[in-house]
Amino acid sequence: MADKNLDARSKKLRSIVVDALKSNGGGHIGSSMSTIEILRVLYDSILKFEASQPSLADRDRFILSKGHGCLALYSILADKKFFPVEELQTFCKPTSKFGGHPERGKVPGVEASTGALGHGLPIGVGVALALRMKKSTSRVFVLTGDGEINEGSNWEALMAAAKHRLSNLTVLVDYNKVQSYGRTSDVLDLEPLVDKLKSFGFVTEEVDGHDVDALKAILKKLPFKNNSPSAVICHTVKGKGLPFAEGNSEWHHKSGLTDLDFQNMYEIFS
Amino acid sequence: MRKTALECVHRLAQHDKRVLFIGSDLGHGVLEKMKNELPDQFFMEGVSEQYIIGMAAGLAMEGFIPYVNTIATFLTRRCYEQVAVDLCMHDLPVRLIANGGGGVYAPLGPTHLAVEDIAIMRALPNMAVVAPCDADEMNRLMMSTLEWPHPIYIRLARGGDPIVSKDDLGFELGKSIKIKTGADGLFVTTGVMTQLALETADILKGDGVDVGVLHVHTIKPFDASGVISAIENVKAVVTVEEHIVNGGLGSAVLESCSELRPELLPKISRIGIPDKFATEYGSQGSLLKHWGLTADNLVAAMMKKLGG
Repeated sequence: MADKNLDARSKKLRSIVVDALKSNGGGHIGSSMSTIEILRVLYDSILKFEASQPSLADRDRFILSKGHGCLALYSILADKKFFPVEELQTFCKPTSKFGGHPERGKVPGVEASTGALGHGLPIGVGVALALRMKKSTSRVFVLTGDGEINEGSNWEALMAAAKHRLSNLTVLVDYNKVQSYGRTSDVLDLEPLVDKLKSFGFVTEEVDGHDVDALKAILKKLPFKNNSPSAVICHTVKGKGLPFAEGNSEWHHKSGLTDLDFQNMYEIFS
Repeated sequence: MRKTALECVHRLAQHDKRVLFIGSDLGHGVLEKMKNELPDQFFMEGVSEQYIIGMAAGLAMEGFIPYVNTIATFLTRRCYEQVAVDLCMHDLPVRLIANGGGGVYAPLGPTHLAVEDIAIMRALPNMAVVAPCDADEMNRLMMSTLEWPHPIYIRLARGGDPIVSKDDLGFELGKSIKIKTGADGLFVTTGVMTQLALETADILKGDGVDVGVLHVHTIKPFDASGVISAIENVKAVVTVEEHIVNGGLGSAVLESCSELRPELLPKISRIGIPDKFATEYGSQGSLLKHWGLTADNLVAAMMKKLGG
């Protein structure tokens, strides 16, 4: 049964994820599906980049700190022609560029090797400081997971970003409320997350992370305030688009997928 | 040594806008002159080493050369994953200036003693590990760091250490230095154990035993050919380090010999810190004595290997 809430573009990007998954028989499906609209809006409407020149000095920098969601990033980068989409058929093969976590220097368009959690934001602060020192107008966007911000290094970096008044830095939180073991509210509750981010010096907005128009509208307003870093909490659904995976921690990472599983997923995203 | 290292950062920064200094929460007034003169190149970021390493990586990705300074244990144990992933995996030119290698912080106890730092840093691909023996050598090292394209871990000693390095012997990252020649035996040393070995060599000379000293300031990349060629010409070799006996300089010597010249192994013994957390406070000197890093023990180890 097709998901009526997703338009053709969102389904297409998800079907690229499924194609890549097929070569490996599994991956971080739930964690990737929740970020598709965030990435789509960033790359369609917000980020400045040139796919044929991924190291262009005046590009905006996007860091996927929740590296386990890399299938969604690979999907949008392929869609934007950073590399041929067919290359994703090698996902997790021994000599592939495309591992279960993204690596800088291997995949065009990947700014930082992530996967160990809590690294993207500190790196993003350094990049944002560097860009400001170079008097660049380029901006830095870091997408973190919700479980990911259990890591203390994020909070160190949040304090530093506010201290340095990094208005060229935006943190997006993929708040799908489910981490590997279960609900974030049970494992290590992040609430009140908006208040926490505000108290750390970030001008913070909330948005439905699957509403393309709302995402676009809010991200067009960046920076929310001069001399302050920005945060956008994106309320999302883990496994978005796959009814059996939505909100289901068992689909955070899934391996051993069968032909029937793939048939179901293709039908949904057809 | 620390003062020299930080003054070198200031000098490098004066001539190269890429050079940045990043401290955590260092003592009041550290590099005040640089802060006043080059405020855009000076950062004091708080007690947040995990973030600081990531921040330095981000700056280096954009072309800067950050020199990060804090206490050695906090640059190694505390943020090991950041050092491994952010610096070494990305292979970025960040320099870690680590205060208090070995027993320097003796009064502060085992939380502050960097005694396995060489072992864990040298386990990381792309990382260079350097332990200069005195302030003059620190100066030579620092001035050669600018164009090294990989991360570097720089282990500092207490400071005020006797100057034994010599300008005419030069300095090249990754190349050991024969500070003293000797026909009978050889001490292979790093950091300020070089001074102890030179002192011991003088004692042995009084007993008619001619022992040389090979100073291995760079433990990684390891100068295997230089060390092996020095070892093959003597009858006995004792490695000496202010570091746990496993995983540091002595291990690097044994590994290289094992792979390249296994017949040399029987003439080598190692002296270092026992594989346990320190149980005493006191001073660096009293801890060294407690650990057995003394001239008497070096004499005994050398004589034993020489069959005396």
